[in-house]
Amino acid sequence: MRLLLGTLFVLAVGAVIGLGGTYLALKRGAAFGSLTIGAWTAWPKTGTADADPYARASIARIGLLPTAVGDGITFAAEADDNGKPLDGRCDVLVSGITPSARFWTITLYNREGELAANSVGRHGFTSQEIVRGADGSFAIIAAPRAQPGNWLPTGGIERYTLVLRLYDTAVGVSTRAGREVPMPSITTRSCP
Amino acid sequence: MIRWALLILGGCLLGGVVHIATIIMLPRTATRDAYSRLEPITPVNKVTPIPPPTSDAATMPYMDPAFASAICRYDLSQGPMKLTVPVRTAYTSVSFYTDSDVAYYAINDRAAGRRVIELDLMTVDQHNQMPEEEDVTAADRLIVESPTLTGLIAIRALAPEPSLLPQAQSAVAAAQCLRSDDVKRPR
Repeated sequence: MRLLLGTLFVLAVGAVIGLGGTYLALKRGAAFGSLTIGAWTAWPKTGTADADPYARASIARIGLLPTAVGDGITFAAEADDNGKPLDGRCDVLVSGITPSARFWTITLYNREGELAANSVGRHGFTSQEIVRGADGSFAIIAAPRAQPGNWLPTGGIERYTLVLRLYDTAVGVSTRAGREVPMPSITTRSCP
Repeated sequence: MIRWALLILGGCLLGGVVHIATIIMLPRTATRDAYSRLEPITPVNKVTPIPPPTSDAATMPYMDPAFASAICRYDLSQGPMKLTVPVRTAYTSVSFYTDSDVAYYAINDRAAGRRVIELDLMTVDQHNQMPEEEDVTAADRLIVESPTLTGLIAIRALAPEPSLLPQAQSAVAAAQCLRSDDVKRPR
């Protein structure tokens, strides 16, 4: 009886820790070799043949095709520079410059990776569409209501993810966070 | 007391094994990964344009709406493949994925250096079996080795402005992926 109880206990602890760990690892994106600059995080190795088992598991679970390193790199931000989750009911300012790349795109997704519905059918900007200041920097305002300048409509959804993709860029597996990789800052300006 | 401590330790060790096993097994058992999503809608060894994502429908999550894309789902068991992609818009890239969605190679229009991206896709064995003199004459041919027999080629063209999307879509739709034996030899 004691043996049976003990075995069941061990199995239960093992299942909880094992499956719980797997769930958390996939939910939070626990692949190795992440590159975090400000509010932005990328996993350059996910786009190579050396992708580790965690990266492979989360790719399979989400169901996307990762950006290959010869193509570009994908940075995602779920919170602003102060760690506040991006809220579609607030005005959020994304401003600054990007690392050098031939093209880049910035896109707003909901937490499931779908484009957020909005009345004007805009889901992001490409580097060619954006209106820039005299010094080459840009400012995008993600907000539920129309704004002057580069307005990125949020559709008023509660939580969203911003994805910045750099195409044909030197930023990759060997990049370290530093001055040569400037990323735009994300600031929440006003919330209702 | 010691008995419970040992049982908890055993449970933790077992948990570690379960964790590693599930992480490794997950890609093989996933039914909603990109390859499984694309398999029913893409014929094998043929370029299939993928509709750009909208807020209502998207083939895969996290697709870039600024790109027109097409997929060639390949099967090398009948022999090597030849891929031709015309370069028309601002930026065109070709990415190669195994059947478990691992990106093993990618090239863009600038790296290809021509108005057309042309390359041959074969397995390591098929590359080794290639006659040597053909390999020499093919020095300027770009050969990509696939680690798996089946996989995906994603052909993507950027539309820098939404109005250029139809042009990008026609460029990726004009891409060809054919078995090398079916391509007429120019010489």
